Amino acid sequence: MQKIQLTWLRKNLFNSWYNSLLTILCLLLIIQFIRKFVWWTIAEAQWQVVQVNLPLFLVGRFPQTSYWRLWIVLGIITFLIVITWSVFITQKNLIKHKFINLLVPWLAPTWLLSCPLILWFMGGGLGLQSISTNLWNGLILTLLMAVISIVISFPLGILLALGRTSNLFIIRWFSILYIEIIRGLPLIGILFIAQVMLPLFLPTELRLDRLIRGIAGLVLFSTAYMAENVRGGLQSIPREQIEAAKALGLPTPLVIILVVLPQALRAVIPAIVGQFIGLLKDTSLLSLVGLVELTGMSRSILAQPQFIGRYAEVYIFVGLLYWVFCYSMSLASRRLEKQLIN
Amino acid sequence: MQEQTQIIVAENVHKWYGKFHVLKGVDLIVDRGEVVVLMGPSGSGKSTFIRTFNALEDYQEGSIRINGITLSNDLRNIELIRQEVGMVFQQFNLFPHLTILNNVTLAPIWVHKLSKIKAKELAMQLLERVGILEQANKYPGQLSGGQQQRVAIARALAMQPKIMLFDEPTSALDPEMVREVLDVMKNLAREGMTMVIVTHEVGFAREVADRVILMDSGSLVESATPELFFTAPKQERTRKFLSQIL
Ligand SMILES: Nc1ncnc2c1ncn2[C@@H]1O[C@H](COP(=O)(O)OP(=O)(O)OP(=O)(O)O)[C@@H](O)[C@H]1O
Ligand SMILES: [Mg+2]
Repeated sequence: MQKIQLTWLRKNLFNSWYNSLLTILCLLLIIQFIRKFVWWTIAEAQWQVVQVNLPLFLVGRFPQTSYWRLWIVLGIITFLIVITWSVFITQKNLIKHKFINLLVPWLAPTWLLSCPLILWFMGGGLGLQSISTNLWNGLILTLLMAVISIVISFPLGILLALGRTSNLFIIRWFSILYIEIIRGLPLIGILFIAQVMLPLFLPTELRLDRLIRGIAGLVLFSTAYMAENVRGGLQSIPREQIEAAKALGLPTPLVIILVVLPQALRAVIPAIVGQFIGLLKDTSLLSLVGLVELTGMSRSILAQPQFIGRYAEVYIFVGLLYWVFCYSMSLASRRLEKQLIN
Repeated sequence: MQEQTQIIVAENVHKWYGKFHVLKGVDLIVDRGEVVVLMGPSGSGKSTFIRTFNALEDYQEGSIRINGITLSNDLRNIELIRQEVGMVFQQFNLFPHLTILNNVTLAPIWVHKLSKIKAKELAMQLLERVGILEQANKYPGQLSGGQQQRVAIARALAMQPKIMLFDEPTSALDPEMVREVLDVMKNLAREGMTMVIVTHEVGFAREVADRVILMDSGSLVESATPELFFTAPKQERTRKFLSQIL
């Protein structure tokens, strides 16, 4: 056993004099870095800034007496994620999970419907005291914006991708135009456009909340990329699959829904999840249009007089939060891929 | 009265791919319950021709009537005809994301609006008939080529078609699997299914076909009973073709 490890070392790290030198040099650097970092973390860093402001980081200035609303919302989202997850993961043994099977057709509509319901409930639906969206900040706002934008841009992106391959000239033309325009603009520009220009196009009675306009910006952006990802999947489906489905007498919409899309989406799961991870991180730009999400919150915490200059502590903590969510998504995607592609 | 016996009536069918004239005025009448084998060199237009029967290919001139319904560009007509015509492809073309059972029940459930239970019963019956009942819950990728092709036949039969089209159903199979597929097809022929089969399996054609037809560069060259076709062909072209494959 030890011998094998030794030969591995020799073969991969010390197989020539310059590689040996490089290995030793890198090792020294890494050790130095880790030593300094550990020392800083336990001796020099002042973590009070995180400790004291933890509620601000997580939920911002949302009134403490209404925290239970957030718990309910988190509960609903978690529940939906768990159900969706089990549907995908148990795909293989369909027969055994009749109950889960029954839920499948309801998943997409439930997700879509829960978005406006959650916003309405958090803001004071059901006759609750209304809470201005100015007070929705921090991690919860980041997650909310990301989840809602993902849920909405997913079906829109699929429609747009189908539109791009449509036989109808107008639909194809519109889809291409939309995708290419959006892909040519930076996200921050689209966010500003959504904040400033959306109200100009809508009737004056319809005043959209800043938060809704933020979601609109993210969705406008994400839909175009989603469409391109899905299109990649659509192109990977051989023509023979479509012919076989048509030969059975299935009308075209059913051919797409039952045969093409399930295979196409499967083929691009990594790309789609990658895009959603990107979207989660991109929500940090919302702080520039007045939505104080996690990044925005850290900046206002750094402005507190007693914590001036505690950049490292704050950004490491915030970075860790982003990483936890992004990495979970990435893990989930890998698991899903293994499950679905045999 | 004639409509009753003639189930496929193709008259003077022309098709062009751009400038390339693939079908040069093909006439073919197939009677109910008849088994027709179509042979011919590669590129002669056999696939193209039988694919016009279920509108997977369009054509520019002539007319095709399937079970009394004229094939036109009307989508509803096309879907109706496709329900009457089952097709089996060279590459099986099973849906890889569905189990064998779901491959077979898909169309009955969504097109014939059968209940899931009824569809499953039907599928199980058909899978038993083609000898793959035990594999019902596997995925296509887990089956051998011969098994996949038998599932493909069951899938087509699940729509209870009046006509079955086969486009080189055994060409992609290892030799030891050809038999199992041909056996299923023989049974089908014996039960009176109307079949149009593109194949180069001479033994099968001799045993099962009512008629063997040679197609060459977009025209039908010779049409005869298997006996005459293989032993006393009239056309020089047929003799040359047979010398190549026998
Ligand atoms: N989409 C297409 N565009 C242009 N030409 C085509 C197309 N499909 C087929 N062809 C041509 O039409 C001719 C007939 O093709 P077809 O597939 O019907 O022949 P086949 O008799 O089935 O041959 P094989 O035995 O190789 O399957 C061939 O020369 C082929 O190159
Ligand atoms: Mg062919």
